[in-house]
Amino acid sequence: MDAVVLQLLNGLDKGGAYALIALGLTLIFGTLGVVNFAHGALFMLGAFCAVTMQKLLTLSARVKDTSVTFFDSYTDVPYLKMWFGDVGLKIIDYAVPLSILLAIPVMLLLGIVMERSLIRHFYRRPHADQILVTFGLAIVLQEIIKAVFGANPIPTPAPDIVAGSANVGAWLGLGANVVYPWWRLVYFGFSALVIAAVFAFLQLTTFGMVVRAGMRDRETVGLLGINIERRFTIVFGIAVVVAGVAGAMYTPILPPDYHMGMDFLVLSFVVVVVGGMGSLPGAVAAGFLLGILQSFASMNEVKSLLPGIDQIVIYLVAVLVLLLLPRGLFGRKGVMEE
Amino acid sequence: MHPALSRKHIALAGRLGSGPALGPGYFVSCVAGAADAEWITEMTTPTSHKDRVLLLSFTVAVLLMPIWLKAIGAGYPDLLQKFAIYGIFAIGFNILFGLTGYLSFGHAAFLGVGSYTAVWTFKLLSMNALPAIFFGVLAGGLFALVIGFVSLRRSGIYFSILTLAFAQMSYNLAYSVLTPITNGETGLQLARNDPRVLDRLFIEAGPGIPHTTLFGLPMVGYSGFYFCAVILIVCFYIALRITRSPFGMMLKAVKSNQNRLKYAGVNTRPYALTAFVISGSFAGLAGALLAVTDPLAGAERMQWTASGEVVLMTILGGVGTMLGPVLGAAIIKYLENIFSSFNAQTLHAFFGFLPDAIEKPVVAVVGLFVGDGWQLTLGVLFMVLVIFLPGGVMEGVRRLSAWGSRLRAGGQPRKPADKHAVEHSA
Repeated sequence: MDAVVLQLLNGLDKGGAYALIALGLTLIFGTLGVVNFAHGALFMLGAFCAVTMQKLLTLSARVKDTSVTFFDSYTDVPYLKMWFGDVGLKIIDYAVPLSILLAIPVMLLLGIVMERSLIRHFYRRPHADQILVTFGLAIVLQEIIKAVFGANPIPTPAPDIVAGSANVGAWLGLGANVVYPWWRLVYFGFSALVIAAVFAFLQLTTFGMVVRAGMRDRETVGLLGINIERRFTIVFGIAVVVAGVAGAMYTPILPPDYHMGMDFLVLSFVVVVVGGMGSLPGAVAAGFLLGILQSFASMNEVKSLLPGIDQIVIYLVAVLVLLLLPRGLFGRKGVMEE
Repeated sequence: MHPALSRKHIALAGRLGSGPALGPGYFVSCVAGAADAEWITEMTTPTSHKDRVLLLSFTVAVLLMPIWLKAIGAGYPDLLQKFAIYGIFAIGFNILFGLTGYLSFGHAAFLGVGSYTAVWTFKLLSMNALPAIFFGVLAGGLFALVIGFVSLRRSGIYFSILTLAFAQMSYNLAYSVLTPITNGETGLQLARNDPRVLDRLFIEAGPGIPHTTLFGLPMVGYSGFYFCAVILIVCFYIALRITRSPFGMMLKAVKSNQNRLKYAGVNTRPYALTAFVISGSFAGLAGALLAVTDPLAGAERMQWTASGEVVLMTILGGVGTMLGPVLGAAIIKYLENIFSSFNAQTLHAFFGFLPDAIEKPVVAVVGLFVGDGWQLTLGVLFMVLVIFLPGGVMEGVRRLSAWGSRLRAGGQPRKPADKHAVEHSA
């Protein structure tokens, strides 16, 4: 029982990341009808927003170390510490959550620029062309990151306050060995919050209502005198932001490197396919489902029974779902069926 | 399939689509209808005069590559082998993508399987190239059969994702559970104490690791290149015959409009699956040849970047054209060879004529694109190509020659039908 709860928890944070990326993919596909193979790279860019934030906050001045008297010794002291003392150190400690403040404007701008300058010209082109051009963009983005930040993973620790593990077992009355890193719980809560915010935005605001109407029938909405293209551009920006913040917050769990995006992209596409192309709840549900399944498959008991199952379980599920329920779990009729 | 039957089906499919009731599809169906007619005339002459000329000039060009490619500094066997091998890979990919329109993002998996099989054949049976190639093709084809059977249940983007997922799965497995077979990160290599059952029947095991041969002919240097070149020409011929055959026409019909074929009572899946298996066998062959020229197989050959590369080769040359994929493969491998050999020093020498203040930033910017940054060039090339020239080099050549002939004809306005045909072929 303990092991089951633990694996369930383990799946939640990964599932959260899958769900957030898949949500963005589905939003873009549902509004613009574009298949965005660069979405994984955007997740990666978000993660590097956190790295940049960390680097910015720890910008240091070289100061002579006065405690060493035999020879001249220098230490790097972050400007923040010099200016604000302990408060400055606290700010540095919170680099990852603070990076969201950087990621949101950067990713929104990037998304809108990307949509207006590139994606716009691909609305009417075949899906193959959309896949190819965004695939090329993904390579370009990740190579730029590689050139700037190097090829090695860059550790970006979570704030000290959540560095330890939460005693989940005690809360649930399961015994003390069910412990779980705090940051992963935070990530799960964060992803749930973002998902709720996106849904609330689509369901409760006038803007969201127009977007939903546009997803159903773009032409009619256009005939009513609404500039649906501009709204879709903003939706694209939002989807990019969602991927970006998902990446930024994921950095303490997985130190970011330049090719992390592609791993997540492939899995997120599988998530979209399993959830049903064009279905937002499907993307979220399938994201968590596959995340949890993957963590169960990586249990030692399961692995000894079926070696290698942890590597392929997601793909196996995708194949099964596609063969048994071709539209996916929540797929709507008439989406991508030509 | 009986040729007459296919002609009827395609004519029927063309007619079905020509009604105005189909709305927005009308324009497309007109173009497709025009293309149908063209295929039927092609079919009446299976290997036309034009094709024979094409095949002959291709053969001559490939065999003389060591001579005429010297002019651009590519006349050495290691690179020429790569041209030929990746040409085969791209020809195979084009049979699937160019003819049926199914965009596979997992073709590198078949290449990898071919390589592993070939190296295992070297280890277990013989250092001769032929068994390795035979088993490599077989393994690539069988693997494609399994993956294609599942993936082809969906089309469009679903298909691309499924193939990508399978390729990533193979890549992950090769690195983890299958390590006893693939030797994980080190890559599969030959060893001195490999059994090599067939070889042992004839000769004693010598000291050291033997080289791959073709009945005594070493598979390195120019003999290796000519071996690959002959296979490339054979593959080109096979692809030409497939394209011109009734089967090839069915594949093109699958690309133009699968629904119409279905209305006409044709089950398209067996055709697509056959194309997929043929394409996978070509990839397996290319993988085996890679192992023949350099008996080493690693999982990185199956990575998604490798799958993306063959897609790029094909679209760079021209999707659906005969020469395009080979041309694209050669261009990519040539550029890769040049770009990745550059380093900061050569760049400084190259831009040395500039004043210092300009030279430094120029070298810094260009430096991003060369050496280790070759992938960045690849990505940019990818985007530029898809945006501006989706028909690839062959399309560019066609446009240039059309422009030239218009100039000669005295600047007549371009016929609108011309543009449609271009869009269709793109």
